[in-house]
Amino acid sequence: MMNIKWDEILITGDPLILGSQIAIVLTMVGVIAGITYLKKWKWLWTEWLTTVDHKKIGVMYIIAGVLMFFRGGVDGLLMKAQTARPEMEFLNAQHYNEVFTTHGVIMIIFMAMPMLIGIMNVVIPLQIGARDVAFPQLNALSFWLFFSGAMLFNISFVVGGSPDAGWTSYFPLAGKEFSPSIANNYYAVALQIAGIGTLISGINFIVTILKMRTKGMTLMKMPMFTWTGFITSIIIVAAFPIFTVALALMTTDRLYGTHFFTLSGGGLDMLWANLFWLWGHPEVYILILPAFGIYSEVISTFSRKSLYGYKSMIVSIVSIAILSMLVWVHHFFTMGSGPTVNSIFSISTMLIAVPTGIKIFNWLFTMRKGRIKMTTPMLWALAFIPCFLIGGVTGVMLGMGAADFQYHNTLFLVAHFHYTIIPGVVFAVFAGIYYWWPKMFGFMLNEKIGKWHFWLFVIGFNLTFFPMFFLGLDGAVRRAYTYSAESGFASLFGLSAIGAAILALGFAAFCYNIYWSIRHADRNISSDPWDARTLEWSTASPVQYYNFAKLPEVNRLDAFWHMKKEHQGLTLKESEIEEIHMPSNSGLPIFMGAVFGIAGFFLVFEWHIAAAIAGIGIIAGLIIRSFDYDDGYHVKVNEIKSIEKSWRNVEGEVHDHVS
Amino acid sequence: MSANVNTALPLEYQREQDRMNILGFWIFLGAEIILFATLFGVYGVLYQRYAGGPTHQDIIVIKDVMIQTVLLLTSSFTMGLAIFEMRRHNLKGLIAWFVVTLLLGGGFLFMEINEFIHYVHEGATMQTSAFLSSLFVLLGTHGAHVTLGIGWATMVIIQLLKRGLTPVTARKTFIIGLYWHFLDVVWIFIFTFVYLKGLVG
Repeated sequence: MMNIKWDEILITGDPLILGSQIAIVLTMVGVIAGITYLKKWKWLWTEWLTTVDHKKIGVMYIIAGVLMFFRGGVDGLLMKAQTARPEMEFLNAQHYNEVFTTHGVIMIIFMAMPMLIGIMNVVIPLQIGARDVAFPQLNALSFWLFFSGAMLFNISFVVGGSPDAGWTSYFPLAGKEFSPSIANNYYAVALQIAGIGTLISGINFIVTILKMRTKGMTLMKMPMFTWTGFITSIIIVAAFPIFTVALALMTTDRLYGTHFFTLSGGGLDMLWANLFWLWGHPEVYILILPAFGIYSEVISTFSRKSLYGYKSMIVSIVSIAILSMLVWVHHFFTMGSGPTVNSIFSISTMLIAVPTGIKIFNWLFTMRKGRIKMTTPMLWALAFIPCFLIGGVTGVMLGMGAADFQYHNTLFLVAHFHYTIIPGVVFAVFAGIYYWWPKMFGFMLNEKIGKWHFWLFVIGFNLTFFPMFFLGLDGAVRRAYTYSAESGFASLFGLSAIGAAILALGFAAFCYNIYWSIRHADRNISSDPWDARTLEWSTASPVQYYNFAKLPEVNRLDAFWHMKKEHQGLTLKESEIEEIHMPSNSGLPIFMGAVFGIAGFFLVFEWHIAAAIAGIGIIAGLIIRSFDYDDGYHVKVNEIKSIEKSWRNVEGEVHDHVS
Repeated sequence: MSANVNTALPLEYQREQDRMNILGFWIFLGAEIILFATLFGVYGVLYQRYAGGPTHQDIIVIKDVMIQTVLLLTSSFTMGLAIFEMRRHNLKGLIAWFVVTLLLGGGFLFMEINEFIHYVHEGATMQTSAFLSSLFVLLGTHGAHVTLGIGWATMVIIQLLKRGLTPVTARKTFIIGLYWHFLDVVWIFIFTFVYLKGLVG
């Protein structure tokens, strides 16, 4: 059945959305015209779109993450504008539902995830002294599937309508009975596509870390960020298939009339909530563990000390990973599973505070008696500790089953998880971007603008979310689009809205910093501007495409720090240079991303025949890949020599950032 | 990346990249175990929610299920023989047992499709009840895996015919062997917990 109703496809009648549609079209025309005018299509295709280089893929993840941060941030601002005063009529209830749904999905799946996976991509192979990941082409496929899912989800608000059942998409609301339009199909299909990409990334990083560590780097000599990336990848492989199944069942319920989560036919709506959080809670730790890894690197570098309690850090992340699988019921203590079940999950939830507390103390002890440098990355790490602590302590409050009945579904909960995710993940992403920026691009982000960014963001964040604890305790429920003047909520909501504006200014300062630094930052910097400790700083900035001319050899933790102190392994003899084998670029990953996106789009609109035809494209891609015997190419010794000479000789005459 | 060749190992393990591919595939199978475990969990929650529709006893034809089981278990055995021939560097034997495996797999698939048609004729569709939704999706996911496996194995056979036994084709054959055995293991759980338990309970 293909009776296309065009008026249902393009959303019309709302000035905000009409403006967005026009803006999207103009931007696309502008971008295409710009690339054509500058004759950059070939460059774009060969250098970026078909690349299998882990560093470039990482950068593309981060760019996509920043764009999605903007989109999700605008959603957040719309919500804050709507609730700034009582009885506002800026957004109606339906529009508000759509905005909080897309805000949640985009911030978690399409902002936080790609930022962290992007940083993992750039950093992990360098930290373990490898030349790429285990499966470079699969890595590109991961990115393009993520990107395809993100774009599919993002067009929903102009084409077909935004999902509006919350980022958790609870049934029965998200089912066909109560959400008959195609909008919620976007949720089921777009997240599925992006999720496949994430699962592939997880497998890729596990194999990379297990098999490609350089000589001498045993597991217990790995940098902490690599450790957290490793454990995160294991959680991804353990948790994402659950989401794959949950979304597939949601799809069959909505598209093919099955009865998994419906109210009729014996379906069980709470089964969705259980499946969702069986993935969703581990997902929280998929986000937080690499962030913890970033803080570990930053704090150790700028305290000029080895990480305190390295082994207990590893024990902590492993126990957090295990516990993450055993707490999902705390998201719905009110389901009515009885005091025994609730008590068990209360205890497992509160247990997570123990390894997390150990980590906090380890960071504090790393700083103790350290020669601390107040750089921008370090500022983020310092602000993280008290802010995250507030998030953690309120988490323990929410974790008490009996007490949770009071907090459940209030803004207290919303404040809690923003206090964990923003200091936990967003601050870490900023710390990581400032810290590794010179490694990625060969120049630093401006420290002065960075400090503006930091202070605006941190003050704005606290002003936005701290009042929401009190609003929640006073009884303001989440996801309500407005409130009465008599409720007495107005002043706290108003304060929160002002905070959101300051938060937005902080993000603007970040964007301006990128612009300013691209234009004006000093290009003549050391390849190790922070005087850092791990192997990624032992090679050029920006890193040459083969990473290391000669694979480094390590014999202890913080290998590069000791190499510098002992003046060992830093120089390269011409006779040591050998040909390097590298993987070839491929257009297949972006092709697969495109056909997945097209098939997904048809599936969203329930045009099954068209979707099946697009599905043939997916099978064709798999067959082409099966018969692809491209074994890569060898970089010639002369080329390596000239590249190595170009950056090694400038040592000593560069502007060192850290004196 | 292609360095580090160890000719003392079986063909598929000689190159570092192939060793990584095999490890990666084992991890992928780990993800597949979680996927099927979730589907079994869903089935375990919904399997008595008949909603007034047909029950296990009403629709299951145990004779046909036995034939399916024998076909699939035998195919796993012949897959093992194929890998055994590969280790002996006997390309002809490898391809012969490989083809037998796929024929048996095709037979299984034919039986399963007939089983589904029979269910639908009995008025048991996946829209009828939560029990049938979970049954069809669990069996269907396994069946889709078998279908994909047959298509994939056909690609590998073509490459074996074209290129003979090389480290790459040996690795590809070995990996699809792992996949095929995995589908067999899933079927044992389906046979036990869906069919046998369904007829008893």
